[in-house]
Amino acid sequence: MKVAILQFPGSNCDWDAEHAVHDVLGIPAARVWHKSPLPTETEAVIVPGGFSFGDYLRCGAIARFSPIMKDLKSFAENGGQVLGICNGFQILCEAGLLPGALIRNDCLEFRCINQKIRVEHSNNRFNPDETGGELILPIAHGEGNYRLEDEALRKLESNQQVLLRYVGNPNGSMNEIAGIRNEAGNVYGMMPHPERAVEPYHPSLDGLPVLKAFLKPILSHSSVEISVS
Amino acid sequence: MNENTTSPLPPNPDPCLNVEITPELVAQHGLLPEEYDQVLQILGRIPNLTELGIFSVMWSEHCAYKNTRKLLRLFPTEKKDKDSVGQVLVKAGEENAGVIDVGEGWGVAFKIESHNHPSAIEPFEGAATGVGGIVRDIFTMGARPILLTNSLRFGSLESAHVKRLFRGVVSGISNYGNCLGIPNMGGDVYFDDCYEGNPLVNALCAGILKHEDIQRGAATGVGNPVFYVGPGTGRDGLGGASFASRELTEESAADRPAVQKGDPFMEKLLLEACLEMMAIPGLVVGIQDMGAAGLTCSTCETASRGSSGIEIDLDLVPQRETGMNSYEIMLSESQERMLVIVKKGREQEIKDVFEKWDLHAAHIGEVKEGDRMVVRHKGVVVADLPAKSLTDEAPIYDQPASEPAHIAAARAWDINSVPSLSQASVEASLEKLLAHPTIASKRWIWQQYDHQVMSGCTVEPGSDAGVVHLSIAGIDKRLAISNDCNNRFCYLDPYQGAQIAFAECMRNLACSGARALAVTDNLNFANPNKPEAYHMLKECVKGLADACSFFDVPVVGGNVSLYNEHGDGAIDPTPVISMVGLIEKGERVTRSFISNSDQNIILVGGLPHELGGSYFLQTEFGKKEGTCPGVNLAEEKKVQDFLIKTIDFGHIRAAHDLSEGGLLVAIAEMLFENPELGADLSIDSLGESNRLDALLFGESQGRVLVSVSDEDLEEVMQSAVQDGLSILRLGKSTRSGRLKLSVAGNEILDSEVNKMHKIWSEAIPEKMNHS
Repeated sequence: MKVAILQFPGSNCDWDAEHAVHDVLGIPAARVWHKSPLPTETEAVIVPGGFSFGDYLRCGAIARFSPIMKDLKSFAENGGQVLGICNGFQILCEAGLLPGALIRNDCLEFRCINQKIRVEHSNNRFNPDETGGELILPIAHGEGNYRLEDEALRKLESNQQVLLRYVGNPNGSMNEIAGIRNEAGNVYGMMPHPERAVEPYHPSLDGLPVLKAFLKPILSHSSVEISVS
Repeated sequence: MNENTTSPLPPNPDPCLNVEITPELVAQHGLLPEEYDQVLQILGRIPNLTELGIFSVMWSEHCAYKNTRKLLRLFPTEKKDKDSVGQVLVKAGEENAGVIDVGEGWGVAFKIESHNHPSAIEPFEGAATGVGGIVRDIFTMGARPILLTNSLRFGSLESAHVKRLFRGVVSGISNYGNCLGIPNMGGDVYFDDCYEGNPLVNALCAGILKHEDIQRGAATGVGNPVFYVGPGTGRDGLGGASFASRELTEESAADRPAVQKGDPFMEKLLLEACLEMMAIPGLVVGIQDMGAAGLTCSTCETASRGSSGIEIDLDLVPQRETGMNSYEIMLSESQERMLVIVKKGREQEIKDVFEKWDLHAAHIGEVKEGDRMVVRHKGVVVADLPAKSLTDEAPIYDQPASEPAHIAAARAWDINSVPSLSQASVEASLEKLLAHPTIASKRWIWQQYDHQVMSGCTVEPGSDAGVVHLSIAGIDKRLAISNDCNNRFCYLDPYQGAQIAFAECMRNLACSGARALAVTDNLNFANPNKPEAYHMLKECVKGLADACSFFDVPVVGGNVSLYNEHGDGAIDPTPVISMVGLIEKGERVTRSFISNSDQNIILVGGLPHELGGSYFLQTEFGKKEGTCPGVNLAEEKKVQDFLIKTIDFGHIRAAHDLSEGGLLVAIAEMLFENPELGADLSIDSLGESNRLDALLFGESQGRVLVSVSDEDLEEVMQSAVQDGLSILRLGKSTRSGRLKLSVAGNEILDSEVNKMHKIWSEAIPEKMNHS
């Protein structure tokens, strides 16, 4: 197992993430229960979407106290690759692994749509060479409205930590932010669901380059044959 | 009442044993005097309050189908053709849900259930717990839930009250289903004044399972332990089943404690824990969800199915309120609970699973010899009843029926009573129809539902049928689902109207490339004790049963909701039909939208000519009248067989059936995915009716529009002629962004697609965002 997909009570995109990484990309991946230790052979972690602990109190606010979060923090501090998708993004923000917070959509309703997303020309690995610049990715959330203090936001922008932006803001996020990375460049968070755009019957195949780009560091020394195109 | 058996009752730790059973108390429990006499006869003594409560819920319409059991026997419950796919593995009424075979050792469990009355009082919680209940019915069978749909009916969206109900119901469904992570594929929604005070909220769930993993809800094996799993029991939802079996009145708001409160997170835990537990070989003997009538229903039904006795001790039931008496514990409808019977000696295994998920797994009783359901509380027996008498001996009624006068009037209706439609008015009439909430885009609803979770969504809501890929089961097949029922036709002609609902539902599947496998139905009707209401119920059931037999599509389960009345009004008869179908190959998945120009647009089934019952009569004249369109099941079958055959050959690019709003609405809808498209169409004659309104807006049945590329055109046309079908090429899609139509040489429409699309897509959001 190379990719650990965390499973909290209430996670519900854990199977989807495993399917995309394991079945579609062919990279060994498995779900890891929140009360278990993070396996030592883990090379990358995906914190999947869902409603961890029912999203009671605040999205991700309870999950950040789960036993596995201690392991996740040290994994991230040691440069481990972490991707939080949707509720996973919210958990990473609550845990302080990513800056900012995600609050209720400005339309006050849940939104499940196929969203146009622009990939930022930043010094991250999700650059348009890999992703083609503009993507169609599903979003499905009630709390995706990204917020950050003005000063921190300026820093996020000037550091080129903004990864993905909405084309047409579906939730009121500041600066149309759909996905970010941490300063070190190893922890990523995004509201769109790349794992829902990997099959011919999905709205697009644009999740593939996103997941491949995230997994590139482990792909480069992987024994598994994968064409990153 | 039986005077011989009354003796002074000793003081008792459970207050329910000290209450004197009076005729008033019996009446309050919804039992008729003769029903109570039957209870006395069964017991040979006077029941105590807890026992009376148990009889009252188990013999309510909701649990016992008192008024419909005889009628429901008309439905075929298995396929006549034993060689085809879709054989019934678990029949209607046997278990919590029916199961059909979908090949390769897999089965699909599915069922629809109503939560109308709770939703009328408390729309958010009512709808949410409706989803919760049906999902439990599916995973109780051992199936992993893979999709949800809903059939919703509301009054006019002009009313602030209706808007509140609509918003509450949609957000309740969204909140609960999204949290569970089961894709909601939409369903159907109608708006009609008849649902003003009594909305309908029918929720469907389908799940997938291996044949060998089908679970049964039977308590067998004397000495096997009975477990209660899930969160604690509270006083919520007391007597919900009997509440659902009464008419709604102004005082119903005071029944609020009978509406349950849902916790989707708890349900998600329960779902995962139960599936994990059921995956352990040989551990689970029987399992049953605690839905209507909670602990009562689950204990006596499992005992009855297992032909066993069962004994439980209420002191061991997890409780989240203090001081609950036996009546309250037995009748509570607290959500997200299950009853599980496991193999003796393996108690620790179930406890381990539920501990992992932080849920209670309390050992509350045992399977016993004999046939009694025995309930203890505080050291004394508080109920001792023969289990089968509760489940099988409920009274069954054959109510008097008489045809309402409006049905005869509908038959005698003359189309000439409708003023003819001028060419100049066609565009305005079309726009009025597109703006009617029943016809308008439902995106406002389904974009609040997570329809993509589980990665299977293949055709999203908004097409004729929703389609999900069965990737979660690791098989390369797709399940198509459609819900349907146009109440207007059922009101005007219950027998034919029900057949129209059936045929349209099946046609929707055919349009998506799927062959129908089986039906689940939700019979929503008014008070059956009124002969006119009962007549409509009876005729609808007969119509459905005949259609099921004709198409060899069996009913594998469903639900009956009666007493849908409010104040002076009753709902129209609304037998909601839902069907699942299978699409074996990915390339056969067909959607209802044209995606290119230069596509031939073809009408199959002949020119529409009937105006009765149409939405056009509603939007133009505010009338629900006229002769219901004819249904010819043999013709319908020909059309659907042709569709599936040509889709199989890869000749059909898009397919959309004609329904509410008729031909012109259907053409416009096919263009709406890409409003840059247009169409250039012509029809040679006005057809049989010789009327423009009936041609363009009539709702004749068995009609489908398909789009076909030039290279396949000849083959499609010839194939239709060979099948004896009426087929007409109307013209082609264009890049003009305009829908142009001429009839009998006269140009009658040249309209901007974008403008129509805007009216259609903004009709519901506009009403909801400005309230």
